[in-house]
Amino acid sequence: MEALYPTDIDEAVQAVADGMTPLAGGTDLMVEVNFRQSRPERVVSLRRVRELAELDGPRIGAGVTWRRIEREGPRALAQAARTVGSPQIRNAGTIGGNVGTASPAGDGLPFLAAVDARIELASPTGRRTVPWEEFFVGVKKTDRHPDELITAVVLPDRLPARHEFAKVGVRNAMVIATVCCVVTRADDGRVTVALGSVAPTPMRARQAETMISAEPYPSEAALAEFARLVSEEVTPITDHRSTEQYRRHAAGVLARRLLERCLREPEAA
Amino acid sequence: MIVSFRLNGEDTSFRVTHPASLLDVLRDELGAAGSKNACEQGECGSCSVLLDGQLVCSCLVMACDVEGSEVVTVEGIAGEELHPVQKAMNEAGAVQCGFCTPGFVVAAAELFQRNPTPSRGEIEEALAGNICRCTGYGAIIRAFEGLAGREAP
Repeated sequence: MEALYPTDIDEAVQAVADGMTPLAGGTDLMVEVNFRQSRPERVVSLRRVRELAELDGPRIGAGVTWRRIEREGPRALAQAARTVGSPQIRNAGTIGGNVGTASPAGDGLPFLAAVDARIELASPTGRRTVPWEEFFVGVKKTDRHPDELITAVVLPDRLPARHEFAKVGVRNAMVIATVCCVVTRADDGRVTVALGSVAPTPMRARQAETMISAEPYPSEAALAEFARLVSEEVTPITDHRSTEQYRRHAAGVLARRLLERCLREPEAA
Repeated sequence: MIVSFRLNGEDTSFRVTHPASLLDVLRDELGAAGSKNACEQGECGSCSVLLDGQLVCSCLVMACDVEGSEVVTVEGIAGEELHPVQKAMNEAGAVQCGFCTPGFVVAAAELFQRNPTPSRGEIEEALAGNICRCTGYGAIIRAFEGLAGREAP
């Protein structure tokens, strides 16, 4: 067994390119190890890499933990962070890990889709940033090349004025989402809706967005139509956590509820 | 390879030959069996420890990654006397089979260090990663509400 503990990003990137297994919070990798599905013999720990821990405006280092995002992140992403696993998991798990694992149920991913975030990757030959839609290509499949390290999530310089997250699961804590959703609303009335656990990758409900973005003061009928369109656009499956029918229903309910929150006056801090 | 770290205030080192978890090394090599092994996937909290002051599941920490770090297990929570959270659990009868207790002790000690007067909601949220299979949550929450200076309703 061999392990490296770099503090410098270039050293970490080179180690990954050399075939070492990146280890951040370990909350996904160690489950695989404990269940004998993986046995990495050469590991590069990312916990000490200073650049990966930077949370600076729109650029969130891949090594920033959910605990920090819960406290320092933008509102809807902080709301999502608070629902990731347990305090123990949030102290260890990182946003880069969430992105790299690319679970359909990744709690942090709908926010990235809703604001059109980009994923930054580094290899010894340089860096590139990939729009979220090109990065997430399937269930636990991404556009990351084997010699690349995920270094950051890059948000737009300006976020929509309002953004809200909610999640449905079988209980309140320590739960994998049955459906999770982010709705954003800009001051000009443009709405985005992104959902998780309802498709192989995080997705946007674009028809619902177009319809409701044309309604500056949505009526009851418009809100109902918005929810119906979201339910129609999602492509969930029935599995051990829920049914297709329930997920469609919950997606519409959540999206409408979050839009209504976005339309209300902001809560006093 | 040899990994060196501080365990409950003492310089400690161990040899790893495979990607073992910190939990396995604590229990099998370092004689610190207070942290319990149940789910091995971060769901139950019975292996909770403090890694550089942060509450984590030791089953999800790769042992080699504690190099240069400070780890506190349930064995390191009490001083000369039991820690206040341990006393509170004793007094409230908040221990049934006892398997989850070390994890609750570590999680509660971390909570009270951060926030000496947590509300019931804050206690519940801080302990959300610790499962008691005896379902003895009522007494556990009451113990810590008492410690926070709040009487249970």
